[in-house]
Amino acid sequence: MELLTTNNLWMMLCAALVFFMHLGFSFLEIGLTRQKNTINILFKNFFIITMGLMMYCLIGFNIMYPGDFNIIGGGFLGFSGFGLDAAAAADLSYNEGYTYWTDFLFQGMFAATAGTIISGAVAERIKITSFMLITLLYVSIVYPIVGSWQWGSGFLSTLTDNVGFYDFAGSTLVHSVGGWGALVVIYLLGARKGKFNKDGKPQAIPGSNIPIAAAGVLILWLGWFGFNGGSVLSADPASTSLVLVATCLAAAAGGLGAAFVSGILYKNLDLTMFMNGVLGGLVGITAGADQMTPTEAIIIGIIGGIIVVMGVAFLDKVKLDDPVGAVPVHLFSGIWGTLAVGLFGASKGFDQFMVQLASVVIVGIFCIISTIIITLLVKSIIGLRVSEIEEIEGLDISEHGTGAYADFAMK
Amino acid sequence: MKKIEAIIRKAKFDEVVEALHQIEVNFFCYWDVTGRGNEKIGKVYRGISYSTKDIERTLLSIVVSDSFVDKTIKAIIDSGATGEIGDGKIFLYNCEEAYRIRTGETGTKSFN
Repeated sequence: MELLTTNNLWMMLCAALVFFMHLGFSFLEIGLTRQKNTINILFKNFFIITMGLMMYCLIGFNIMYPGDFNIIGGGFLGFSGFGLDAAAAADLSYNEGYTYWTDFLFQGMFAATAGTIISGAVAERIKITSFMLITLLYVSIVYPIVGSWQWGSGFLSTLTDNVGFYDFAGSTLVHSVGGWGALVVIYLLGARKGKFNKDGKPQAIPGSNIPIAAAGVLILWLGWFGFNGGSVLSADPASTSLVLVATCLAAAAGGLGAAFVSGILYKNLDLTMFMNGVLGGLVGITAGADQMTPTEAIIIGIIGGIIVVMGVAFLDKVKLDDPVGAVPVHLFSGIWGTLAVGLFGASKGFDQFMVQLASVVIVGIFCIISTIIITLLVKSIIGLRVSEIEEIEGLDISEHGTGAYADFAMK
Repeated sequence: MKKIEAIIRKAKFDEVVEALHQIEVNFFCYWDVTGRGNEKIGKVYRGISYSTKDIERTLLSIVVSDSFVDKTIKAIIDSGATGEIGDGKIFLYNCEEAYRIRTGETGTKSFN
């Protein structure tokens, strides 16, 4: 009982830290976009966390952890009924690491994150109602289905007879799922007006508030103590402290790697790349945070940070507009982190690498197809983009009827 | 009575104000302005180089009696110049009348 109390306390603290990440995401998105869309971004982030929790309570938790895959057997799709189960919650032998309630809350905080990742990428031009519909379907259905394949003991967890997929805290299951969704939606949505000129050359649209963005990244880093630390699923002293060390070293290495590479490539000490690099390192280590030595965590982090810098340039090249770098950070670095479990650490090996690769591809295909269906469905019902004049005037006024900084001149 | 408008470098503001203070020109308005010129400012954001022609300067608006005009202009030029392109401009205008709102005094009495 004492052990459960200690474990459960840690898990609740971690749930609170993951909740705090939603402020980090909000700040980062506000900072890297223009003033005229601030309320819109905050509205989206409030919607994600409120809707995400409600839907996870209603169906998500029971799709992600169905116990029995009763709809499509073999670990593909199960559903154990609507709502939370007070009878299951009363049984304290539910798990030695946490109570049923804590389990729901911790996982619920994760679920909303997948929608938040999309929010940043589609900022400054998507219709708020379209965004709400897309993320509602994505967070309540797509995210928990993918989660069930691994964390719900579905088919990915036993992909081959000897080796199962490994994704400690969700480089693929959370970050790539959000990242794939973001990639597909920004492709179907198109770039912000002015992002690419007539010749297709990418233009800078500088963020309005870099200090707020920086605060957001540091809050996200803090939140990752819970995101990865809680994914130990107990307060096991050896594992939790190693995980936090690996997490922080990867974050630091990712930031430095991105700052160094962008400094060389662009002859400029770019703070927003530095910040995205920290996040790249964090996403990268998330799949194997309990597997890596400190040295391996640093290597994974550095490469994660470099991937982010390259990813930002790549998206500009293929004319996809991602104002906050959500796709490079969550998708590209998420893929890297997932594959890195086969290259470094306790589980490394050819078989593990191939299982990781196969899982990345399977999850990718599923997310791409489901996002295309959801987005085209929403597009056919209510459209995707605000009008050009609404985009120029800002979504705060056109979608929410007021500006974020009433006393300041807008630019 | 003349009005002097001087567009100066932001970085030179304190020196110009001190130079004006030295010749006992203590009353003036100023505000930050953005202008266009030949100069381009190179910037980089998330790996994309871009340049803006927006130039940030401070504009001083000073009304002085005729006897102060030459030394005021000299003070601004002496204190505001770096010798590089972009040091700014001075414009001189006739000022028809001035009033002190508190007393109704007019002409140079209103600001001296």
